[in-house]
Amino acid sequence: MIVYILCFILFQVGLFGILTSRNIIKIVIGLSFMEFSVYLFLVLIGYIENASAPILTGNPAQTNFVDPLPQAMVLTAIVIGLATKGMLLTMAIRIYKKFGTFDIRKVTSLKG
Amino acid sequence: MHNLIPLFIVIPLASAFLVPVIGRLIKGFSKIITLTAFLCLLLLSLNYIFLSDFSPIIYKIGGWEPVENIPIAIYLVLDSFSIFMLCIINVMAFLSALYSVSYIEKYTGINNFYTLLCIMVAGLNGIVLTGDLFNLYVFLEITVIASYALVAFGTEKEELEASFKYQVLGGIATAMILFSIGLIYWYTKTLNIADISEILQTSEDHRLIEFSQLMLIAGFGLKAAIMPFHGWLPDAHSSAPSPISAMLSGVVIKAAGLYVLFRLFFNMYVISFDIGVLITAIGTLSMVVGVFLAIGQWDLKRLLAYHSISQMGYVILGVGMGMLILAKNGNKTLAALAIGGGLFHLVNHAVFKGLLFLNAGAIEYTLGTRDLKKMGGLYSKMPVTSVTSLSASLAISGIPPFNGFFSKLIIILAAVQARFYLLAVLAVVVSIITLASFMKFQRYAFFNTSAPKKVIKEVPLSMTAVMIFMAVLCLGLSLLILPDIRDSFLGPAVNVLLDTTNYSTVILGN
Amino acid sequence: MSPIVKKVAQLMVGIIFMYGIYIIVHGHLTPGGGFAGGAVISGAFILLVLAFGSNVMNLKSREEGSSVVESVAILFFLLLAVLAFFIGTTIFFSNYLPKGNIGELISAGVIPLYNIAVGVEVAAALFTIFLALVIYKEEIST
Repeated sequence: MIVYILCFILFQVGLFGILTSRNIIKIVIGLSFMEFSVYLFLVLIGYIENASAPILTGNPAQTNFVDPLPQAMVLTAIVIGLATKGMLLTMAIRIYKKFGTFDIRKVTSLKG
Repeated sequence: MHNLIPLFIVIPLASAFLVPVIGRLIKGFSKIITLTAFLCLLLLSLNYIFLSDFSPIIYKIGGWEPVENIPIAIYLVLDSFSIFMLCIINVMAFLSALYSVSYIEKYTGINNFYTLLCIMVAGLNGIVLTGDLFNLYVFLEITVIASYALVAFGTEKEELEASFKYQVLGGIATAMILFSIGLIYWYTKTLNIADISEILQTSEDHRLIEFSQLMLIAGFGLKAAIMPFHGWLPDAHSSAPSPISAMLSGVVIKAAGLYVLFRLFFNMYVISFDIGVLITAIGTLSMVVGVFLAIGQWDLKRLLAYHSISQMGYVILGVGMGMLILAKNGNKTLAALAIGGGLFHLVNHAVFKGLLFLNAGAIEYTLGTRDLKKMGGLYSKMPVTSVTSLSASLAISGIPPFNGFFSKLIIILAAVQARFYLLAVLAVVVSIITLASFMKFQRYAFFNTSAPKKVIKEVPLSMTAVMIFMAVLCLGLSLLILPDIRDSFLGPAVNVLLDTTNYSTVILGN
Repeated sequence: MSPIVKKVAQLMVGIIFMYGIYIIVHGHLTPGGGFAGGAVISGAFILLVLAFGSNVMNLKSREEGSSVVESVAILFFLLLAVLAFFIGTTIFFSNYLPKGNIGELISAGVIPLYNIAVGVEVAAALFTIFLALVIYKEEIST
């Protein structure tokens, strides 16, 4: 049980980072923390003790596999996470060019 | 016709990736292929209204049949609620693409615009069709990544800031949704929505499931911009190019936010009174607070964006009241009335808010400003824009011959009959404030005498045609109040939400 | 970059490239597959650009090429999936080729073909992202 709680703590560390840091790059890192905690959680819920990797080798003696579905989910989620991170960092570079700073407090052209 | 369901996803994806390959060689190819693809989707989705006998069509991707009644394949499910949403999505997508033909000329990178628009529509169709929880997440991400890029399409200061804000909040929502999907999978060991529903109905209440419900409300609430999570919406919707604002406000917050919330909380989870109270409360809150935030705005598109929050509140209020009545085992016809009012307002809002954003785009196209104080006297210069925006403004404020009146009337009637008198009074008050706010828009933009010095003329034909068509649609959708038309389009969608357990039995039975 | 870096990069690139191809074509047998192999292949290209450098114009033409390759790979993937409509069954994404035996390189029907399409797609996409960021940085600094 303790590992799941640690996952959730990692999730909240990421959220804390997003809410408190002022630097755009640090916000992106905080977002990554949140996503990685979720990936870790997904892998953990598919884990079974003393089970082997879910690869069919044609050997009938192996019957005890870990759950492959969360692993497939995590792989897909990592690919999606790559796309979002790429977008975010591109935005960060463009914001740096337009505003000349990474400080989120100075990026205030929108009001109301 | 059962084999054609994947085409809703294949056609926009294929056109999205044909655009950068062939569009680079042939000028104008991107517009033609996008419009053709969207027209095909439009005809396909309208076709299903007339074809369907209201029983869901189930499509197993890859042809994997269930083993021992455990579904293995990813299911695509086309039931009446999906058809209802598909029609809204594809009609709005086609009209926005047609409007973009002239509007987008001022930007560079037209091919990229059409690619992203096609990807967004593919994702939206996927969200509405899929019957698998993780697949839903994937399509959701496809949609929102495309819309992040489209919000920042102008790459000016405001666009970049809005898009960054949207992305950070969207990223938090994504993490919460994925976490919640993980929790549900942990508890039920399956991802098929129908299968999960069956397991949850037979098992006892568990803390994990309650926790996952709250995480889902937070996650999809962020995507739908309901009140405590609304911070990104006014920035993102006002900074995007106008056809994209119409898509975002008219379709994306509904399909990616509200549709999923309604689908999961009615058809997957067991309906609980507490969640009904929570959903109704946040609906009422966003209805009231959104309109008060809107009234002080002078930026036209920002004003419209705040009204989106408020009008979404009406939809959530209607459906939430239906949920409360169902959870208390109350009168089913009353629940049907409330849910029907909510869904009716959903389709109406897609049309009139889309039209208002297109009007704002037309004004910005000719005048180059969104500030209401710098407009005036446009009534004589831009007659089409003026008349269509007047009809949309009357529709959103609930003036009788237009569609907005009937949906608000149904919601208020349902609230009175279910004895939620406070909610009924609030709905009327919010409607009056909406009217005041749109009077301001009409007066400053069109009927003010202080005309700007610039020589201005009406926008090109493709833009006016779309606006006129949508204004006619604003009037025409009032016909949904007639029983015959209602029973073929709106009624079946309401029944899907009303028969909460029917979804899983039908799907697992096939 | 110094001659040492250039020489080592030259020697390593072929091996990295081959390793990426190995991961892609064994995707249905071992862990890995299209995404992992594609990422390795794009690493080989990125190593070459980092070691040898290039002027902006050259990079731009390469970026156009890689983005076309990316789109074509996605279209190939989609074509493989849509072909299932017409071949044998009328079901989207069905596996219409003979399955073969477990553990052999040529087995599992269309899945290796999907893997190859994904591998090319990911390699081209990651390389495009890298080039876009490099070009943008060059444009800022000049």
